Amino acid sequence: MHAVQMKGIVKRFADLTANDNIDFDLEQGEIHALLGENGAGKTTLMRILYGLYHADEGEMLINGTPAVIHSPKDAIRLGIGMVTQHFTLVPTLSVAENMVLGETGSITVNLPDVEKKVAAASERFGIPVKPQALIKHLSVGERQRVEILKALYHDARVLILDEPTAVLVPQEVEVLFDALVRLQNEGLSVIFISHHLNEVMEICDRITVLRDGHSVGTVRKVDTNLKQLANMMVGRENFGVTRQGQREKGRVELCIQGVHATDKKGLPSLKGVSLDVHQGEILGLAGVSGNGQAELSAVLCGTKKTTSGKVMVGDLNLTNAEPSAVCAAGVGRIPEDRYANMVGELSVAENLVLDQLDQFVNRGILDQEKIQENAKKLINEFQIKASPGDRVRTLSGGNMQKVMLARTLSQKPRVVIASQPTRGLDVGATDYVRTTLLEQRDNGAAVLLLSEDLEEIMALSDRIAVIYAGRIMGILPAQEATAEKLGLMMAGAPTLDRKGGVDAEI
Amino acid sequence: MELTLFLVGLIAATLRVATPLIFGTLGELFSERSGVLNLGIEGIMFLGAFTGFAVAAKTGSLWIGLLGAIVAGGLAGMLMALLSVRLGVNQHVSGLGITLLATGISLYSFRVIFGESKIPPSIEPFPMLPILPELHVLAPITNQYLLTYIGIAMIAVVWWVIGKTRFGLQIRAVGENPEAADAAGLNVYAIRTRALVIGGALMAVGGAFLTLAQLGSFTFGIIAGRGWVCIALIIFANWQSVNVLFGALIFGGVQALQLRLQTLGFKLPYELFLSLPYVVTIIALTLAGRNASAPSALLKAYRRE
Amino acid sequence: MLKYKIERAPAPVWMRTLIPLIAIPVTFLITSIIILLDGANPITAYYHFIISPLAGKASAIEVLVKSTPLLLTGAAVAFAFNSGYWNIGAEGQLYAGAIAAAWIGMTLKDVPPIIGIPAMVLGGFAGGMLWAFPSAILKVKLNVDEVVTTLLMNSIVLNVTSFLLNGPWRDPVSMWPQSPEIAAGTVFFKLIPRTRLHFGIILAVLIIIITWFVIKRTSFGLKMRAIGLSREGAHFAGIKVNKTVLTVALVSGGIAGIAGAGEVAGIHFHLIDAISDGLGYSGIIIATLGGLHPFGVGLAALFIGLIDTGAQTVARQMGVPVYLGDVVQSTLLLVTLSLFVLQNYRIRRVK
Repeated sequence: MHAVQMKGIVKRFADLTANDNIDFDLEQGEIHALLGENGAGKTTLMRILYGLYHADEGEMLINGTPAVIHSPKDAIRLGIGMVTQHFTLVPTLSVAENMVLGETGSITVNLPDVEKKVAAASERFGIPVKPQALIKHLSVGERQRVEILKALYHDARVLILDEPTAVLVPQEVEVLFDALVRLQNEGLSVIFISHHLNEVMEICDRITVLRDGHSVGTVRKVDTNLKQLANMMVGRENFGVTRQGQREKGRVELCIQGVHATDKKGLPSLKGVSLDVHQGEILGLAGVSGNGQAELSAVLCGTKKTTSGKVMVGDLNLTNAEPSAVCAAGVGRIPEDRYANMVGELSVAENLVLDQLDQFVNRGILDQEKIQENAKKLINEFQIKASPGDRVRTLSGGNMQKVMLARTLSQKPRVVIASQPTRGLDVGATDYVRTTLLEQRDNGAAVLLLSEDLEEIMALSDRIAVIYAGRIMGILPAQEATAEKLGLMMAGAPTLDRKGGVDAEI
Repeated sequence: MELTLFLVGLIAATLRVATPLIFGTLGELFSERSGVLNLGIEGIMFLGAFTGFAVAAKTGSLWIGLLGAIVAGGLAGMLMALLSVRLGVNQHVSGLGITLLATGISLYSFRVIFGESKIPPSIEPFPMLPILPELHVLAPITNQYLLTYIGIAMIAVVWWVIGKTRFGLQIRAVGENPEAADAAGLNVYAIRTRALVIGGALMAVGGAFLTLAQLGSFTFGIIAGRGWVCIALIIFANWQSVNVLFGALIFGGVQALQLRLQTLGFKLPYELFLSLPYVVTIIALTLAGRNASAPSALLKAYRRE
Repeated sequence: MLKYKIERAPAPVWMRTLIPLIAIPVTFLITSIIILLDGANPITAYYHFIISPLAGKASAIEVLVKSTPLLLTGAAVAFAFNSGYWNIGAEGQLYAGAIAAAWIGMTLKDVPPIIGIPAMVLGGFAGGMLWAFPSAILKVKLNVDEVVTTLLMNSIVLNVTSFLLNGPWRDPVSMWPQSPEIAAGTVFFKLIPRTRLHFGIILAVLIIIITWFVIKRTSFGLKMRAIGLSREGAHFAGIKVNKTVLTVALVSGGIAGIAGAGEVAGIHFHLIDAISDGLGYSGIIIATLGGLHPFGVGLAALFIGLIDTGAQTVARQMGVPVYLGDVVQSTLLLVTLSLFVLQNYRIRRVK
C-alpha cells in the first residue's frame, strides 16, 4: 500500500501553472526524492500535500484512503510532517513551546512535562536537541533538527524535507543523512526535495523528476545514473556557458581590505574579509548560505555599513558610501534579492532610470520621451519580455533579473557585484545571465560573483575564494579548484595549499 | 504633616489617574503581542466611556453599564480585526478609522439618547471602597474604586494569560512568526481576532472607569488623548505586562502632581503641563527606539502565499 | 459548465477609480441603520445630506467654503503618504499654521493686502512645517515611528493653543477665549461678496495642481513615489531616502499649515480653540478616498465638504444629530479601505 498517492494535481498561480497534472506516489518506508530545478514545482506540490496550498484539480490518497487536506492541521493529523526551507519556528519561544504550538486542549501548558516528552523523543529518534533552549540561540543545523523532531513528535509517518541540505555544510549533511536512514529503518517514509543529483543518488530509493511543472517520470535509483537524471532534470546534459580560456590579469579594480560588519541582529558576520578583484576577471566567492555573503554584498552595494575595514574602487575610497556614490563610481550591482531592490509597483521604464535619474531630467522635470526611448532600447538589447509601461512586479523572475542587468550594465560599470545572479531563474535566463557576466569580464570589468551554486562558480570564475563564518578561507585559481577542495573549505577546513591563494592577495 | 497629606493625596490621585491607562495599555498589549497595532484605542476608550454611561443611565445599574462597555469594546475590536486581520488593510489607517468611527457613533448616539440639554446628564457613580476608616491618614490611598483594584489585579492576570496559558503561547507565536504558527496548524486570523476583541474590551473598561467611577458624567473631551498615551506606554513598558504598572504610575504621577500643584495655588501654565505626558512619550520613544523588543510581526498583515 | 474563480492577482486599473464610487452607496446603506435608530427616514436624510446643499446657491457656495481647508489637508496627507511617510499630524500642523498666521495678523498693523496675504500664506506654511519638523527629523535620524509622534504632536498643539488663548493672546474685550482680530490687510479677500468664499480656495486648487505636477512630472516626484512603494528598492537605486522623506514631511506639514492660515485669514479672523474640528483627520479620509492622487483628492475633498455641509442641513431640517457627518465620513473611510483590498483580486472564468 502507498503511504501517499497524488493524482492529476494541478495548481495555478495567476498566469503560471506551477503543477500541471502531476502524479506522485510514496511507498511505505522509502526515501523518495523529488528532483528538479528551481521553479520546477517541487515545493508547490509538497505544500499542497501539507495543506499550505490547495490544488485546483486532482486528488490525494493517504494510506489508500482519499483525503482532503485543508490546512497543515489536517496534514499533521494524517501523519504528515514537513520541514520547509524557511523554518517555521518562533524564535522567541523555546524548543518545547514550539513543539506544542499547534496543540489544543488544556488552558495552561505544562511545560516541564512537555520538555520531558521532547527529551524522550529526542533520545528515541537519535536527534539531539535541548528542550529548554530558545530557538533564537540555536544554529541553523540545530533548528533543522528541531523541525524534524517537531514533525516526529506529532507522530509523523511521512516526513517531507524541502531542500534540507541547502543550509548545511557537508559534515552536517552527513549527520542528517544518518538520521534519515535511522528513521527509514523505523518505518518512516521520507520525501526529499532537492536539485542536487549527488545527494539524491546517495540517499534515495526512488526519484521523481519534475520540470516546468510537469512530472518527467519516476525511476529507481538502482536503474538510473547521474547522466540520465541530469537529462531528465534540465532536458539536456549541462549548462552551455563556461568561461573560455585564461586572461591576462589587469590592475586591481576592486579592493576590499579587512572588512568587518554585523548582521541584522547585530552579531558579527564579516570578520576581516579581504579580496582583490582585477580588471577582466571573475572572482567567484563560494560558500554555504548564511556565511556572510549577503552582508558582503550589501556592504559593496552601499546598503550596509562596515564596522571597520576599507573598500576601494580604483583610487576612490567607497567605504560606507551611499548607494548613489557607489553607483556613480562605476560599480554595477546585481543584488541577491532582485525583487526587494527594485520598485515593483513602478514601470519597467521608470525602474530602468531610477539609479541615474539626473540623465533623464530637464530642470527637475522628467524627460518622458527620453525615458521611454531608453526603455525600448534596453528591452530590445537585453531581450526583456515586457513593454516599457508594465509594472515590474508583474514580470517573471528571469525578466525581472534582465531589467536589473539592463539598468546596471547599460552604465558600463568598471566593477560588477553579482550576488546569486541566477537563483530561481529558468535555464534560458540562467544561460543569458551567465553569458552577460562573461561579456562584462571580457570587456575588462572586474566581476565579483557571489553564488551558492558551486557549479556556477566553477564554470565562470577565473579565481575562486571561499567564505566561511565571515572569513575568507582561501583563494584558488580555477584550474586548481575541485569540488572536493572547495567543499572542504566551505565546511571550514583551511585550504591545503593556502599559500598559493593567500600570498597573491596580501 | 503638611507633606504627609500632600504625599498621600498625590499617591491617591496617581492611582486614580493610572487606572484607565492600565486598562487601555493592557488592551493594547493584547493587540500588539498578537501583531496588530490598534490605533482605534482612543476611540474605543471613548466608546467605552459613552456606552458605560448610557447603559448605566438607562438601566440604572452601573454593572450592566460596565458590561455594555465591555461588549461595545469587544465589537470595536472585532471590527478592527475584520479590517486589519481578515482583509489585511494597513493597520495605521484602519486603526485611525476605528477611532473616528467609534468617536462619531458615540457622539451621535449621545445626542440621540440624551438630546441637547443645558445641564449634562449624570449618574451616581461607583463608590470608593471603605477599606480604612475615613479619617485614617492613609484612607485616601487605600479607599479607591473597585475598578482600580481590578485594574492592578488585571496586570497579574494578563501576565499569567500571555506567559503561562496556551492561548498566550498562541498570541506570542502569531505576533512573532505567523508563518510558523500557521504551519503548526494554528489559525492566525482567529487568534489575532480573539486578541483584538479582548483588547478592545479592556480599552473600553478603561474609558468606562471615567464615566462610571471617577466622574459620573460624560463629556466630549473625556478621553483627551489618554488612548495615545497608552500607545506610548506600551513602548515604554517594552511590551511586558508587569512594566505596564510602572509606566502607568509614572505617567499618572506626573499628571497628579501637576493637578496637586495647581490646587495648591502654584501659578503654572497648566495647559502646557497637560502636554508633558506627550513630550515625555516622544522622548521615551526616541530613547527606547533602538533596543525595543517589539513583536516581530507587528504591523504586518498575515496572508498565506 | 462555466465557473468563476476569485484569485490573487492585480485587478484591472479601472477598478482603482471605481472603488470610491462603489464605496459611497455602500456607506450610505450602512449608515442608514443609525438614522433609522433615530427614527428618521434615511432617504429623506440623504436627500438633505447630498442634494439639498447643492440645490441652493448659498449652500452650494458653503460647500466650497467647507472644502477649502479639506483640499489642503487632503493634499498634505496625500503628498506625505505618496512617499510612505504616514503623517497623521495634519490636524496639529493646521493648528500650528493657524497660530503662526494669527501671530502675523496681530503683528502686522497697517499693511496692504499685497504684502499681508502672502505673509499669511508663508506664515502658515512655516508654522505647519515647524510643527512637522520634530516627527520628521526623528523619523529620518532615529527611525522613530512617525505615526505615533505626529499623533502626539496633535495633542500638544491643542494644549498650546488653549494656553495662548487663555493667557498671553487672550482678547480682553471678548467673552470667549480668542485672540484679537487680525489686521485688515492680512484678511483673505472674498471671491463672492456677502458669502464666506474666500481667496483660500484658489490657493487650495493651485496647490492641488502643484502637488500633482510635482508627484507625477518631476524627478523629485518619481523619487518620492519610489520611496513610498519600496524604500529598500529606492535606497538601492541611490535615491537619498532620508533627505527626500524629510523634505516631503516638511512640505506636507506646510500645506496643512496653509489650511490653518486660511481658516484664520478667510473665515474666523481670530485664533480660536475650535479652529479645526478634525479637518486634519478628514484629510486622511480624503487622501485615502482619492487614492492618493491629487486630482482624486480634489474630488474627495469636495465630497467631504458636501457631507459636512449636508450634516448641518440634516440637523436643521430633521433634528438628526450633526455628528451623523462624522459617522458617514469614518464609515466611508473604512468601507473604501476594505474595497481597496479587492484590487488585489480578480475574477477569472474557469472551465
